[in-house]
Amino acid sequence: MNAKVTQTNPEGSAQKEAPKSEGERKKGSKFLQILLVPILALLTGFIIGAIVIALSNDAVIAAYRNFFHAPGAALAATWKAIVTAYGALFNGSIGSFTEIRQGIQSYYATGDSKPFLLAIYPFTESLATVTPYILAGLAVAVGFKCGLFNIGAEGQFGIGALCSAFVGYSIHGLPWFIHLPLALLAGAAGGALWGAIPGYLKGLTGAHEVVITIMMNYISFRLSDWLLNGPMKAPGYRPLTPVVESSAMLPRFFPDPLRFNWGFFLALAMAVFVYWFLFKTTIGFEIRAVGANPDGARYAGMNIVRNFVIAMTLSGGLAGLAGATQVLGIDHWVGQGFSAGYGFDSIAIALLGQSHPLGVVLAALLWGTLRSGATRMQSLAGVPIEIISIIQGLVIVFVAAPAFIRWIYRIRAISVQTTVLTRGWGK
Amino acid sequence: MATNLVNKNEKKSNLRTRLVPGIFLIVAGMVILLLFGVNIQSGQQTTFGLTPLGDTNVIPIPDLVLPVQGAIYILALITFFVGGWQLARGVRSTTLLIGAVAFCFIAAFLIWAARGKSMDLVGMMNTSMVRATPIALAALCGVVSERAGVVNIALEGIMLMSALTSVMVATLSHNLYAGLLAGILTGMFVAALHAILVIQFKVDQIISGVAINIIGTGATSFISNRYMQTNIDTLNNSGVFSNLPIPLLVKIPILGPVLFENNLIVYLMLILVAVIYVLLFYTPWGLRTRAVGEHPKAADTLGINVYLTRYINVILGGLIAGIGGSYFTIGSVGRFDQLMTAGKGFIGLAAMIFGNWNPIGALGSSLIFGFADSLQVKMQILQTPIHTEFLQMAPYIVTIVVLAGVVGHVHPPAADGTAYEKQ
Repeated sequence: MNAKVTQTNPEGSAQKEAPKSEGERKKGSKFLQILLVPILALLTGFIIGAIVIALSNDAVIAAYRNFFHAPGAALAATWKAIVTAYGALFNGSIGSFTEIRQGIQSYYATGDSKPFLLAIYPFTESLATVTPYILAGLAVAVGFKCGLFNIGAEGQFGIGALCSAFVGYSIHGLPWFIHLPLALLAGAAGGALWGAIPGYLKGLTGAHEVVITIMMNYISFRLSDWLLNGPMKAPGYRPLTPVVESSAMLPRFFPDPLRFNWGFFLALAMAVFVYWFLFKTTIGFEIRAVGANPDGARYAGMNIVRNFVIAMTLSGGLAGLAGATQVLGIDHWVGQGFSAGYGFDSIAIALLGQSHPLGVVLAALLWGTLRSGATRMQSLAGVPIEIISIIQGLVIVFVAAPAFIRWIYRIRAISVQTTVLTRGWGK
Repeated sequence: MATNLVNKNEKKSNLRTRLVPGIFLIVAGMVILLLFGVNIQSGQQTTFGLTPLGDTNVIPIPDLVLPVQGAIYILALITFFVGGWQLARGVRSTTLLIGAVAFCFIAAFLIWAARGKSMDLVGMMNTSMVRATPIALAALCGVVSERAGVVNIALEGIMLMSALTSVMVATLSHNLYAGLLAGILTGMFVAALHAILVIQFKVDQIISGVAINIIGTGATSFISNRYMQTNIDTLNNSGVFSNLPIPLLVKIPILGPVLFENNLIVYLMLILVAVIYVLLFYTPWGLRTRAVGEHPKAADTLGINVYLTRYINVILGGLIAGIGGSYFTIGSVGRFDQLMTAGKGFIGLAAMIFGNWNPIGALGSSLIFGFADSLQVKMQILQTPIHTEFLQMAPYIVTIVVLAGVVGHVHPPAADGTAYEKQ
C-alpha cells in the first residue's frame, strides 16, 4: 500500500507528502496556491460584510439620499461606517497598540500593572475564546478526514460542557490534579458518546450523519433545557448549574478579569495529538483512507464501520473537550444557549484550515479573534453580531467553491484533485 | 443432498425471520399491558371528542367513550394476536405489522394519557395535518430536487428566508398574497443560488446546503434583530391566512374538519402533492427528470439537457420550499421570530427519505411527524407526567429512528448527490 499520496488535494497534505521528484520550487508554489484560496475567500467575505455593514447603517443611508447633491459625502459616510465597524472589530479582538505601549510604560514607571492588564485584555480574551474553537475545529476536521460531516459539534460541545460541569460542581474535596483531569475527561467522554451514536448508526445502517447529527443537536438542546431547569439547577431562579469547585477550574495566568487559561495550551497539545494520530499511526491512516476512497479501503480489507465509529468518537470527544474547556476555563458554570454558534463556527474553521491540524489552529486563531472582537463591534459601532454569521457562511461557500473564487479573481486553475467530502443518502 | 441442505437452511432462516418480529410484537403487547393497563381505577373512561369543539361547519357526531381498562386490554390482545399469527404463519406485509403495532401502541397511549378526561381527537388530527404542512412542503422540495440528482440540504435556510420576506412584504403591502409571492420568489432565488454553486461550480452539494443554511440563519437573525423586532407594526405584523372551509365537503364527520377546513397554504400543499406525483410519474417531463437523477450520462446521450433539468428542478423545489417557509409566518403566527423553523427543514428531509422519494410517501411520513409534534403539545395540555422537554425531543428521536431503520430499504435516485460533468 502506497503511503505517499502523490496527488495534491485541498486538505493540505501536499505540504507533507508531495513527492520529492516534483522539485522544491513547485512544492513551494503549490503551498502558496493552497493558501491563496482561503485568504481570498476571507477577503471576499469581508468585502461583502463591509457592504452589508454600510447598507445597514442609518447614517450611510441618509447620506445616500443626497447622493447626487453630495456624492463625496455619501462615499465618505460609507467609508466611515466600514472603518468604524472593522476598527472596533480590531480593537475588540487585539486591542490598541498605543494602549499596550502606555501600559508597559506605566508598569515600569509606577509598578502598577493595571493599565497594562487592561490594555492586553482584548488580546487575552481573544486567546481564551480561541481555545474551544481549536478543539471544535479539530473535531470537525477529524470527521472530514474520514469523509464524515460532523454537524453535531454543537450538541457534543453542550453535552461535554454539562458532563464536565457536573463532575466539577458535584465532587468536593479532591485535589486539583485529580479533579481537573477528571472533569476534562468527563467532558470528553460525554462528547465522545454523543458522537459515537451517529458514527455507529452511519456505519451500521448507512443513515446519513448530517441529518442524524443535526437531530442529536436538537435532542441535546432539549436535554440541557431539562437538566438546567431540573436536576442540575443551582438554587435560584435562573436555569444554570452551580459554579464548579475551584479544584476543577483551569488555572489562569493573570488576575481577574483576564480569563486566559491553561486551556489554550491544552488545545494546542490536542492539535499535536491529532496530527500524530492522523498522520503517524495505522488507525489514522485507515481513517484517512476510508475518507479518501471508502470502496478502495473496503477492498483493502479495512473495516469501514470501525473506522466511522472511531472517527466520530474522536470527533465527538474533541468537541466535548471544547465544551469542557469553556466551562472549566472561562465561565465556570453552564447556562442556556451555552453552545450556541460553536457548531457552525467549527465547520467554517475546519474548512478554512483544510482539515489539517495546523490549518485548523491558524483558522481558529483568526475566527476566535474575530468573534471576540465582534461583541465590541456591536457595542461600539452598533453592528449586530449576526454579521459575523453572514461573513462566516460566505467564507464557507467561497472556500468550498475554489472554482468560484478563481472565477471572481481570474486565477489560473491549479492542478488539485478535489476530494469528495461527503456522499449521498444511501450506503 | 444439496436440495435438502438448501431447504433446511431456508426453513431455518424462514423461522428466524418470522421469530424476530413475532417476538417483538408479543413483547410490545406486554409493554402495552404493563405500561398502560395497570393501576387503572375500574370504571374510568376516556372520552374522545369526534366533533371539534365549537365547530359549526361539520355534522356533529357523538363522542367516542371508551372504558380505559377494557380498551387497553383489547389493544394488547390485538397485538398478541398479530404477534402470534406472525410466529405461526408469518404475515406477508411488514408494513401491516408495523402499522398494527404502532396503531395499538399509540391508541393505548392516548387512552391512558387522557383517562378520566376528554380529548379532542379530531382537533388533534387537524393539528397534525396543519403541523405537517411545512414538513411536507420541505419534503416535496427535497423530492423534486433529489429526483433530478441534486441534494438540497439548504431547506432550513430557504424556509427561514422565505418566512422573513413573506411577512415583511405582507405587512408592508397589507396583502397576504403579495407576501406569499415574495416568499415564493425568495425560495426560488436562494434555490437558484444553490443550483449555480452546485451545478456550475461543482461545490459539494452538502457543503453548499450547509453554507446557505448558515447564511440564511445569520441574515434572517440579523435583519430580525435590526429591523423586525423594532418596527413591529410596519414590518412584522401581517395577519394570517384565515381558514377557508370548503362548503359541502367540510360537513363530512371526522374527515371534514381535518381536510377541508384549513387555510390556503395547507390546501396548496395537498394540491402540490397530487400535482407533483402526477407530473413525476405520468408525464414525459417527470420521466426525463427521473432519468437525469438515476443515470445522467445515459440521459445526456439521449439528448436530455442534464444541467437545464437540474436547474429547473432545484428552482421548482425552491418555489415549493418558499411556500413552506411562508407558512411559518403568514400561515401561522403572523410575525417572524429568530430561528422559528426549529429544524423542520431537516425533519422534512427525513420525511422525504422515509417516504422513499415519493410525494405521497413524503406526505404520509410528514403526517407522522406532524402527529408527533401535535401529540407533544397535547400531552402538555393534559399534564401527562412526562417532562415537556422529553416530549419536545420526540419528533427528533422519531427522525433518527426512522432514518436508521429505513436506510437500505429505501432507494434514493442513483445519481443523487454527485455533480455531473458533461464530457
